[in-house]
Amino acid sequence: MIPALVVFTYLGVILYIGIFAFRRHTQRDAEGYFLAGRSLGPTVFLLSLFGTNMTAFTILGSAGHAFSNGIVTYGLMASSSALIIPTSLFLIGTRMWALGKRHGFITPVQMFRDRWECAHIGTAIFTLQAVLLVPYIIIAVMGGGMTLSAVSGGIVPYWLGGGIVAVVVMSYVFFGGMRGTAWVNAFQTVMFLCFGAAALILVGSSVGGFPEAMESLLGDDLTASLLTRERVPPRFFLSYTFIPLSTIVFPHIIIFCLTARRMQQFKKTVVFYPLCLLAIWLPCVFLGVAANAMGDVAAIASKLDARTLLAAGDASLTTAQISNLQQAASGDDVIILMLQHYAPLWLAGVLGAGIMAAVMASDSQILALSTMFTKDVFAFYGGTRRFGERAQVQTGRLFVVLIAGVAYLIALRAPPGIFNLAVQYAFSGYASLFPLLVAALFWKRSTKWGALAVTLWTAVSVLGIAVFQAMVPAPPPGSVASFWTIGAIDIVTRTPGGTAIWGFMPVVPMTLGSAVLMVSVSWVTRRPSDATLLRYFQSS
Amino acid sequence: MVRWLLALGLVVLYFLHQDTWFWDVARPLVFGFLPIGLFYHAVYTVAICLMMLLLIRYAWPLEIERDVEKATKSEDVERSFPEDMQ
Repeated sequence: MIPALVVFTYLGVILYIGIFAFRRHTQRDAEGYFLAGRSLGPTVFLLSLFGTNMTAFTILGSAGHAFSNGIVTYGLMASSSALIIPTSLFLIGTRMWALGKRHGFITPVQMFRDRWECAHIGTAIFTLQAVLLVPYIIIAVMGGGMTLSAVSGGIVPYWLGGGIVAVVVMSYVFFGGMRGTAWVNAFQTVMFLCFGAAALILVGSSVGGFPEAMESLLGDDLTASLLTRERVPPRFFLSYTFIPLSTIVFPHIIIFCLTARRMQQFKKTVVFYPLCLLAIWLPCVFLGVAANAMGDVAAIASKLDARTLLAAGDASLTTAQISNLQQAASGDDVIILMLQHYAPLWLAGVLGAGIMAAVMASDSQILALSTMFTKDVFAFYGGTRRFGERAQVQTGRLFVVLIAGVAYLIALRAPPGIFNLAVQYAFSGYASLFPLLVAALFWKRSTKWGALAVTLWTAVSVLGIAVFQAMVPAPPPGSVASFWTIGAIDIVTRTPGGTAIWGFMPVVPMTLGSAVLMVSVSWVTRRPSDATLLRYFQSS
Repeated sequence: MVRWLLALGLVVLYFLHQDTWFWDVARPLVFGFLPIGLFYHAVYTVAICLMMLLLIRYAWPLEIERDVEKATKSEDVERSFPEDMQ
């Protein structure tokens, strides 16, 4: 119960920070609520932007992925993000900030509507972005419920844990708006930056050092490959560098870019972002791999047994049995299991709070959805004109309550696997929208019809892959099922974790397809007026 | 010229991510416990940090920053976009 009390104290602290951060400030208009008055300083901007981008997957999922796949997890997800995300913040984030400051934009759709002189195409982009964002919020509520249940040893049931997380997040977003969210995110980032190093030192000293653990893994044929990347094909590895393109397109990240007081604030973020990633991901990935040598932890030993059974490839196993074994071998909770086994109770609570910090990263998404609905739908379709400026903030707050409530109800009823998949689709979907953002900012000749083509292509692609994966069953681990072959070349294959197109993840053809559509459709349609182009490209 | 060199640097970094040379080897274990493939990517992350330092030092978009400062000083924000569709 002690770890649960520490976590509850932590929840109280972030509630305090979130609500009272806004009370300290006097700006109560829409820009004050949704963008913290465009006044965040450099340190809060760096920590909160980074925290906004860290989700439940960062700590729980990265260690779990490394537990099953080895050190490749770091290269796939951390070092590729370390290059792409700061570069896109440098090239795109700064320009979005400048346009927001200059023209008063609060959401990306406001910019698209103005840049391409369109109305309902902007609504289509809003709809797609909103649909792709919702699974994140549901996953966070689920993760909160599971973590609270785990750290309390089951005393706090899943439904109550999820409810507590939903209420806490909703409260500080409701009262604190962007300023409250930013301060909470900054605090949470400090929490999980400390978490990685603390967990590594603690587990390392408890097991008597890591060299022995690594040697034992190398000595076993079943685990030696975890210390290399031979389990992942190079094309799949390359594909993963497309995934971080999604980050700068996420509405909550773009909206966050608009909160900086000055453009200079980006400098610290661009430089330190890779180091923050290193500080969190390296310990989590390493611990996930090292967990394979910790057979003395009963729950980890049962996971290893399940994996050994799967690897034996017993032909008599039914599909249901294979699925059960895959679930038993899954490593999403290895970090929690290691801490429960090796850490003293109070420290497990502090580290549990660090995990909660990552799990609760849904605040920015809730606020972003609320901001988008208020500005891109309510205000755009006449709400502000009819009900006044003050109604905007009230509508935003009402929407925060609605989103949190609906996410909680869905989280109670839906199996987690569905939304884990949906988040995968969301990454690919947002990466596929990357050419839309680049064209808006850098290519004068781009048009609203090119934007619509990209939006429709993305929607159809995400839906197509979801339907394909629902209809074609996944093959057993370690194998692939060819679906469409030309000559000796596999064009479309079903893999255990998803789909491959000529060996690449679907995100590659989706993003390239978007770029081709944006260029070709824009070339044959009328470009925006000179007056609009002058406002966007006057300094170039 | 400097900006082109920095752009080239980014492209080189992108390709260095695909380090096929350490693909299927675990040894040496750096510091006795870190597989070489993981150590490479940790060093690679630090190299990116240095690259970003060069980018903000030599390719910072000063002209955009000045434009915005000039525009926001001379007038309030140019709210020229359609606040609503009416």
